[in-house]
Amino acid sequence: MRENCDFIKYETDDGKISERARKTYGVVIIGGGPAGLAAAVSAREAGIGSILVLERDRELGGILNQCIHNGFGLHTFKEELTGPEYAKKYIDRVKELGIEYRLNTMVVDISPRKVVTAMNRQEGLFELKAGAIILAMGCRERPRGALNIPGYRPAGIFSAGTAQRLVNMEGFLPGREVVILGSGDIGLIMARRMTLEGARVKVVAELMPYSGGLKRNIVQCLDDYGIPLKLSHTVVDIRGKERITGVTLAEVDGSGKPIPGTEENYDCDTLLLSVGLIPENELSCGLGVDLSPVTAGPRVNESLETNIEGVFACGNVLHVHDLVDFVSQEAEMAGRNAAEYILRGSEQMETGREVRLVPAAGVRYTVPETIRPDRMPEKLTVRFRSDSVYKNCYVSVYFNEERILHRKRPIVTPGEMENVVLGREQLFNYPDVETITLMVEEV
Amino acid sequence: MFDVLIIGGGVTGAAVARELSRYQASVCLLEKEGDVCCGTSKANSAIVHAGYDAKEGSLMAELNVKGNQRMESLAEELDIPFARNGSLVVCLEEEELPGLVELYHRGIANGVPGLRILDHGEALAMEPNLTEGVFAALYAPTAGIICPFQLTIALAENAVVNGVEFQFHTEVTEMIRIQEGYRVRTNRGDYTARCVVNAAGVYADKIHNMVSRKKLTIIARRGEYCLLDKKAGAHVSKTIFPLPGKYGKGILVAPTIHGNLILGPTAVDVEDKESTNTTRGGLEEVMGKAGLYVRELPLRQVITSFAGLRAHEEGHEFIIGEPGDAENFFDCAGIESPGLTSSPAIGEMVAEQIREKLHLCEKPDFMARRKGIHNLTELSLAERKTLIREKPEYGRIVCRCEMISEGEILDAIRRPLGAKSLDGVKRRTRAGAGRCQGGFCSPKVMELLARENGGDLMEVTKSGGDSRIVAGRNKDVL
Repeated sequence: MRENCDFIKYETDDGKISERARKTYGVVIIGGGPAGLAAAVSAREAGIGSILVLERDRELGGILNQCIHNGFGLHTFKEELTGPEYAKKYIDRVKELGIEYRLNTMVVDISPRKVVTAMNRQEGLFELKAGAIILAMGCRERPRGALNIPGYRPAGIFSAGTAQRLVNMEGFLPGREVVILGSGDIGLIMARRMTLEGARVKVVAELMPYSGGLKRNIVQCLDDYGIPLKLSHTVVDIRGKERITGVTLAEVDGSGKPIPGTEENYDCDTLLLSVGLIPENELSCGLGVDLSPVTAGPRVNESLETNIEGVFACGNVLHVHDLVDFVSQEAEMAGRNAAEYILRGSEQMETGREVRLVPAAGVRYTVPETIRPDRMPEKLTVRFRSDSVYKNCYVSVYFNEERILHRKRPIVTPGEMENVVLGREQLFNYPDVETITLMVEEV
Repeated sequence: MFDVLIIGGGVTGAAVARELSRYQASVCLLEKEGDVCCGTSKANSAIVHAGYDAKEGSLMAELNVKGNQRMESLAEELDIPFARNGSLVVCLEEEELPGLVELYHRGIANGVPGLRILDHGEALAMEPNLTEGVFAALYAPTAGIICPFQLTIALAENAVVNGVEFQFHTEVTEMIRIQEGYRVRTNRGDYTARCVVNAAGVYADKIHNMVSRKKLTIIARRGEYCLLDKKAGAHVSKTIFPLPGKYGKGILVAPTIHGNLILGPTAVDVEDKESTNTTRGGLEEVMGKAGLYVRELPLRQVITSFAGLRAHEEGHEFIIGEPGDAENFFDCAGIESPGLTSSPAIGEMVAEQIREKLHLCEKPDFMARRKGIHNLTELSLAERKTLIREKPEYGRIVCRCEMISEGEILDAIRRPLGAKSLDGVKRRTRAGAGRCQGGFCSPKVMELLARENGGDLMEVTKSGGDSRIVAGRNKDVL
């Protein structure tokens, strides 16, 4: 393992200027979850000797550690794994490759000159310098307040992920009579988990007229257990002063407003919220990374590089994914590109034109947002999500005004991430392309 | 027998306790909840008012201005943050200008320094996110912002250090006049005292009416609020009020001392004195009205909403001191806004009355200064390094949103009147008060609370009583 130092000047307590060593690394990866681990492995495989993964929790693996259900890895490993099993494959690889990592370590600041300030119990507060940085901090759950749900604020209201941690990692049952608001995947998974652990899940309410989760989770987590899913419903009141005693659900109209007269009371001691995930970009903001208002993640180019040169992003900090397999794929690409950035060193390649990706009808966003054809790999996966449910539709790609892809899809839903693959050849064959437009076209 | 028994552990009770702890007297405070700052004090605008609202010559006006003046040195002594960010009362129509001028003159009469009326241009230059519709504004440079939890907790802690006893989960049910003073009956036995202070907030009428024939009525007036992410905290730098109306000072927009943005409150009288629930209509009113004078409010950044109850008395005046027909019984009733601002002055006033009455002497060893919980974000890098080297627990971040370490949480649990619940930790350290609202840190804080109390994680509560976080263990009923 290579570990270098550079020397920085600093002011001592008595005002003198002194010099001290500061560790430098090739690639520093912020976050040791699925994205960070896959990025680390691929950066090493691409030839980077000095890599450091900084993880704030007590172990590597991130949120996968609490995802004890199966269904992970079908794309990557062609087998069904649990979250911890999936994570272990990458953790083992990180250890085999001798990649350095720190646990229980919180990054508090990243400067545009790639100085990372972090802290932990053993080393205190320390700085290190990175050649390239990969942002892989993941996302957090939207809290109740973001939805302005009225009522009391008793105990017994949990975001689904918090409940998942309590049940799957600590062995505690948050409650016995459960209502779930939001049909995101964690909410659906927790409906099944709570049932298996002995709680009664009475209903899952979803504000939208469609579920935000994967179809397979609705079937395997709700239908199989006879848990009703009420679409176009929300919680309009929370009762109970100390512990929650019940909620009121109501149907909502097309604009999400509750329809008077549709209220129904449910007695419960627990309300789980699965109402959306937000990429955790506080560090990115401090660093000056441009964020997309749609994804709340960094705007990136074909190399998954942000507007700050040598700073890359992947996984849920970039945009919220549905399957971890896609996180791994994306992260591997970020790792490779960070490696290439370092190995290229000071001889920066001339970059030619830049093509803008435009999300149009039915497409909320694309990742990446721009492509430099000179820099893109032979095949580039562009990921996106739709803004609504479309049946028997086409996913189309236009180079300027010309349609170059028109793919029939039986269904496209916001809960499932979509992608199109663009070839480098294709872009070279269209030297005048300025914009690539993605849209969902109805038949 | 105690010399003084204080009923109520809100900011008023805590301020009285702290002021009395200067004297050689045995003082005990009874609180029905499991912590201090659980009623009116916990859910309000967190504003230190300048003092132009209250009627000239009223006790409210006097104590407001005095409390405002005292706040700086008190915050310094108690090691809590306080900022004089200034306030603007804005009017949207020329016809409202006389109302603004009236406030200005009232402020002058009340002794509020530095008041100025600004025209549209001056107001917008000072606060660029005011709407174009703002016609004029009254600027009060002495208005400030403070954390009501920290103020109350710091006063209480300091009182404990100086010898005041605190009893929690103790609810007064009856009071009997005895020769030496009062016998106070509670759910946990009787207490006797020479003097009783009534600082019972929305229940001050109930306590007062136990001993006095001059009946009081306190109405719970609910106010709903929205709290926004710190990203929105700099949207305004001053506290922005509309012209006050019949039900109070109107819906304000203000930065909080911790850097969030707060909007609210509504004003609705409610029957149930525990009904701190928010309502759809209330939250809509808050967000709608705030937008009339502050533009482009980032309402998508709301992280939580809450409601508090003001202890409103019909005459809208502080009722402080002996009621006339109950000697040695001291009311602090009708303490609604500007109650938080006035609390240091109320504490001094009541303590002075009792000192005279009981001929109390000063304590030679009174400790006025309190050391607060470290605020890591306020330390320099070098200071943080030293702290973590000495106490590694300050190197482990538990609450990632507010960057609160295990060290701060342990301090909050272990210090006098330490935190016993998740809310207790949150109010002392801000762990769980950030943008994820405890989603990530609550299991970790629960673990620390359980470990420190030598107990079971099952017993950890959100806010005492029956507010347990978990109901059981996996599969325990299968």
